[in-house]
Amino acid sequence: MRERLEQLKVEALEELQSVTDAKHLDELRVKYQGKKGKLTEILRGMGGLSAEERPVIGQLANEVRDAIDAAVTELSERFEREETERRLASETIDVTLPGRKLPRGAVHPLTRVIEEIEQIFIGMGYQIAEGPEVETDYHNFEALNLPKDHPARDMQDSFYITEDLLMRTQTSPVQVRTMESMNGEVPVKVICPGKVYRRDDDDATHSFQFNQIEGLVIGKNIRMSDLKGTLQHFMRELFGSETEIRMRPSFFPFTEPSAEVDVTYKKKGATEAGWLEVLGCGMVHPRVLEMSGYDPEQYSGFAFGIGVERIAMLKYGVDDIRHFYNNDERFLEQFAHQ
Amino acid sequence: MKVSTQWLSEYVNFEGVTPEELAEKITRAGIEIDEIEHRNQGVQGVVVGYVKHKEKHPDADKLNVCTVDVGSGEDLQIVCGAKNVDAGQKVPVAIVGAVLPGDFKIKKAKLRGVASQGMICSASELGMNDKLLPKDQQEGILVLPENTQIGLPIVQVLGLDDAVLEFDLTPNRSDCLSMIGAAYETAAILGSDVKLPSIDLIEAGGSASEHVNVSIEDKELCSHYAIRYISGVKIGPSPQWMQNRLMAAGIRPTNNVVDITNYVMLECGQPLHAFDADKLGASIGVRSAREGEMLTTLDGQERKLDPSMLLITGDDRPAALAGVMGGLETEVTESTVNIALESAKFSGSSVRKTSRKLGLRSEASLRFEKEVDPSAVNAALDRAALLLARHAGGSVAHGVIEQKGEAIQEKVISLSLPKLNAYLGTDISMLELKAIFARLNFKSADSAQGVLDVQVPTRRGDITRDVDLIEEAARIHGYDNIPTTVIEGPTTPGFYTKSQAVRVAVRRTLTHGGFHEAITYSFTRPENTERFTSFSAGTHAVPLAMPMSEERSVLRTSLVPLLLEAAQYNGNRKNADLSLFEIGKVFHASEQKVTAQPVELTMLGLLINGSRTDGAIGTTARKVDFFDLKGAVERVLEELGLEAEFRADSPDGFHPGRSASLYLTGAQDKRVGVMGQLHPQLQRDYDLDDTYAAEICLDELYERAVPEIEYRDLPRYPSAQRDIAVVVDLEVEAGALIGAVRESAGELLQDVRVFDVYTGDRVAEGKKSVALSLTYRHPERTLTDEEVAAAHQNAVERLEQTFAAELRK
Repeated sequence: MRERLEQLKVEALEELQSVTDAKHLDELRVKYQGKKGKLTEILRGMGGLSAEERPVIGQLANEVRDAIDAAVTELSERFEREETERRLASETIDVTLPGRKLPRGAVHPLTRVIEEIEQIFIGMGYQIAEGPEVETDYHNFEALNLPKDHPARDMQDSFYITEDLLMRTQTSPVQVRTMESMNGEVPVKVICPGKVYRRDDDDATHSFQFNQIEGLVIGKNIRMSDLKGTLQHFMRELFGSETEIRMRPSFFPFTEPSAEVDVTYKKKGATEAGWLEVLGCGMVHPRVLEMSGYDPEQYSGFAFGIGVERIAMLKYGVDDIRHFYNNDERFLEQFAHQ
Repeated sequence: MKVSTQWLSEYVNFEGVTPEELAEKITRAGIEIDEIEHRNQGVQGVVVGYVKHKEKHPDADKLNVCTVDVGSGEDLQIVCGAKNVDAGQKVPVAIVGAVLPGDFKIKKAKLRGVASQGMICSASELGMNDKLLPKDQQEGILVLPENTQIGLPIVQVLGLDDAVLEFDLTPNRSDCLSMIGAAYETAAILGSDVKLPSIDLIEAGGSASEHVNVSIEDKELCSHYAIRYISGVKIGPSPQWMQNRLMAAGIRPTNNVVDITNYVMLECGQPLHAFDADKLGASIGVRSAREGEMLTTLDGQERKLDPSMLLITGDDRPAALAGVMGGLETEVTESTVNIALESAKFSGSSVRKTSRKLGLRSEASLRFEKEVDPSAVNAALDRAALLLARHAGGSVAHGVIEQKGEAIQEKVISLSLPKLNAYLGTDISMLELKAIFARLNFKSADSAQGVLDVQVPTRRGDITRDVDLIEEAARIHGYDNIPTTVIEGPTTPGFYTKSQAVRVAVRRTLTHGGFHEAITYSFTRPENTERFTSFSAGTHAVPLAMPMSEERSVLRTSLVPLLLEAAQYNGNRKNADLSLFEIGKVFHASEQKVTAQPVELTMLGLLINGSRTDGAIGTTARKVDFFDLKGAVERVLEELGLEAEFRADSPDGFHPGRSASLYLTGAQDKRVGVMGQLHPQLQRDYDLDDTYAAEICLDELYERAVPEIEYRDLPRYPSAQRDIAVVVDLEVEAGALIGAVRESAGELLQDVRVFDVYTGDRVAEGKKSVALSLTYRHPERTLTDEEVAAAHQNAVERLEQTFAAELRK
């Protein structure tokens, strides 16, 4: 019996060597280890063994079975692996073909700049004020200390509709309307973004329609140094934390003192940052406060205004203002980054 | 204002400061210097020469051979082609080794066989602006005054070694429309003193009152009018140095009298006018023009006058437009001998109105409009008289003939130092403050504790209240020295209002859905306001009073035409397959002739055309249709927590069978939007293929919108789904079937939707089969089959009754 078991082991392992597929393997497994297999057949003769021989032969039989099992398992795993590899190979795709695209749309670059600035000021506790685009002469000019016949009205040529109505030339009338609606209450902290219109021949840097954002703060003890601090923070949020600002004295009828603000800015291709004029500002003129119901001896305020197109041109390197209004899809889609 | 630094240095010392440094300092203190013009365009080695002889060139008719003394001891032989060259002239000579503008080097040359040791130059060869040259110097070589010293560098003679600073003045700083004003500004910035020009006038001859008298009709319009009488002038060119300075300032020299009036205007900021006294007459008046009066001004134009214009008259005849321009008849000419020299203060707004009305602006009107310094009237008059005596040989009669209103007092403004520091956020001391006003040449004196009384010179008419003084102090102190601080006091919350949040949400939704945001112009052509009138019906478009073009002559009444034009623009550039949207205002007036502000509505416009594909291989592009746009509109509304009903009522401008109006569920009498395929006729007009557009009035959505998220519990019990297919007439709208199901299926119905519509062989002609899927659910328990069947039966019966629907099994 011992010899038969030894021989079976040799025979089975030899035969398993020649197996090439899973089906044949299964047949051999049944042939040797099935209920009617060769090993079972041999073990049926165990009954005729002596009590001393039985455990020895039993152990040998187990060894033979384990050896065959191990060989079968190894082969089976190999065949499975090979089968998977074959299947994967047949399923290979060209990963360089185009993907199925999600829709991709762009917020207009001018809106992007406006929203970015709105977020900066919302973060500083400002609200967003809005007003009509067709304004009265009073709100657009007179309440801003620009009486009729004032020489400073030359600074901006306007689109009039009637003698008293015009397309607003600045978003400052929204400040006036905000002050009027506050009935002398403080604090006022708003920015006013929106379209404005000035008679101008369109070219690469001029457009008769453009966007402005103005800011207005009124309260007790508002100082020019607060204006400077606010604008420094604003410019650093917008252009990066390294940005420096400087103020230069200037003139606007509705502020006193008035200033132009330059920021350090590195132009495309430049090696060093230079000063670039980006906004106008000042302390709200006492006449303006008076006209809109604030006592200038009690309250003070500051105001500033910035051109959205100019900022967008700087931020994105756009060299022609007309692109913003042509709505060429090839232009718009470049601003689709979220 | 062009400020010659050479001239400026006569009044204020800035030795050691380069023009560039000076420009930077002035700019930082508030007056922007746009440009620094170096008058020398590259002239080197050109000197004054004296033409001793002139002979014809032996071989060239047009050339002359000149012998020229340039003070070097040895005469030069120079060939010159200019017609006007002649013996006895002083001329600019570019000697061998000299350089002319454009890096043109002068070498020894032979012209037609004759050696030439240099070149006699014209003014333009010296880089001078032709337009500013006196007329007789615009052609040929430049002939210099006889007394010019031989051998002097021409750069010095013509004042070319000068840098001119272009002051870009803001409207408040008209005080710097004069050299003296510029000098005060420079001195304040540098901390130096101002030296004023001499007005030590010697009067001679008789009294001026023997020759002229003056009367002013309205002292509101002319608060001061002064005349000096100067006899025996000899008209000729003004001195070279004066011409140089005029040219540096951008004014063309004319003759000594005119040049002197211009020179003094530049110097003091006070415009002057010289009349030929013999043509003017003795009685000089200042009065308003009478209807129908005419005046030919110096530019040769005959002007029709009206009573809004202020005149200077001679013996009651119009002689000049006050402060704007003189008359031709009383002009100073070569034969003029006696002069009535005017210096006056006219009302700025009167001059401005006249100048506007006639479209006539001059150096004088520019200054009067901004109000000249009232105390400069007599000073300028005396200064000009002095120069006329000195450079035109005139003798100045005794006395000034003048009329004036109340004497002008210098303003004194009290400035509180604590207020100044609180206003600026600075810590300036009283001592520093006094020093600042001393630099500005403003007198100041302590009044109460911490209060300074500042006397404002009349030249600074822009300073009227304490904040104006605070600005002066701040800019001299330096804006750089103002600290940066944060606002003190309670913090305030910043946020978007609901309508602002809605617009942000709409933008996000649409861009995530592949739409690009457009921004179009608010001005459009009139035809565009006659289309897509759903929201503007019964209103009027708003025209601009003076449009720049017909294309942009009226305010838009709908966004759709502008989006169509954007689509057309893109189409012309082969950008097909557009998805565009715009959020912007449209303008509707209630009156034909606008008198009040129009209604401004904030609209959302959408446009799609072309095809859509996801870009993957094997998926074919699909043409967009009504339902692509409807889906976008529904998605926007969904984002805002809104639902709309779409009614096929053929809104204006759209394909009548492929368009709808939107009504918000729950507010069904108010149209909030329109959408559809563009009417085929309009598609042709705008040169577009099938295009779909929508316009929604956002103002109508704000109030009902729910842009915030509201969480609902998840359902705990399963739902039951039942489908129905019914055959109905073709005209029956799916929306009507859904409505009927909703009304009849009871509270258990959660949702109903159409999932198929079939027309064809398997249904009768004129009929269609519509398949609906109904979902039932009870929030608190699992439904029984019987409950669902009962509800479902109600729905089926309603469809059968209302639409004669036939149930398909």
